[in-house]
Amino acid sequence: MSDIRRKVAIVPCSGIGKPYGTVSREAGYDLCEDLRPDTTELVALSRLVMGDETARQTVAKFPAIAIDGCKLMCAAKMVRQSGGTVAQEVAVLDVYRHHKDLKPEGIAELNDAGLQLARVLAEEVTEKIDELAPPDTRRGEGGSHG
Amino acid sequence: MDSLPKVKVGIVACSGEELPEGTVSRLAALRVLHELRPHETVTLCLPLFLAGGESERAFARVHPTITVDGCDLRCAARATEMYSATPAASIVVNDLVAEGGLGKPEGRRRLNEAGRQAVDATAAHVAALVDELLNRTPGAATSGEQGSGK
Repeated sequence: MSDIRRKVAIVPCSGIGKPYGTVSREAGYDLCEDLRPDTTELVALSRLVMGDETARQTVAKFPAIAIDGCKLMCAAKMVRQSGGTVAQEVAVLDVYRHHKDLKPEGIAELNDAGLQLARVLAEEVTEKIDELAPPDTRRGEGGSHG
Repeated sequence: MDSLPKVKVGIVACSGEELPEGTVSRLAALRVLHELRPHETVTLCLPLFLAGGESERAFARVHPTITVDGCDLRCAARATEMYSATPAASIVVNDLVAEGGLGKPEGRRRLNEAGRQAVDATAAHVAALVDELLNRTPGAATSGEQGSGK
């Protein structure tokens, strides 16, 4: 059965050692709670890797956007190892290189620049989300969180 | 040198993005690392741990670890055991909340008051476990010993 409500799986790395991991997490929330709540689904990386069936089904069913905080790209790797398709790999460091004025600081609590960097990253990703899950498929859903 | 701890305790938080309890696990681990036991602990990055970070796995094989999970899936505990060694202690935030009679954490992005209380309680519990482990295992790596947390 085809799934009319096509979505995009958002997989942040959520690394705990550096602010960039926190930015990835915050960007995931920006996308799934604020910017594209109806066409995205947040997937916890820990669940995915531990073979949680629901998480694996989500990345098997929907294209994924992996948001990684460091060059090791754990989120992207894990999506692929779980049988999913990475439609876009986003490295927080790359986004930061284009927005040097937004230096993220703080791991438990990001500074304002870090929060802004997360928002910038999320906004850049929305274009890909709209391509993968076209806006017209969202019409008629009443705008509620999916 | 004698005043330095010979063993550090690794803290592995699930950091689950989907649940407020995952946020609690993450913030509690960071509280212990940055404020409560900064010289006695390190955090291990769970994604890297799972994705093949050999240094993380090696650390957890020879140092005691405390896992902090948000829910009963216990991803951090299972991952640590699967890829490295049995955690010295494992905590599940849900259990601590229930045992402490705390309110339900809400707000995975910004915790409510109950969530912040859960962070306090979880961090305090982890810090106590760190003390216990370091006193019991001076200079030696022990794994397979179950701690008092869950």
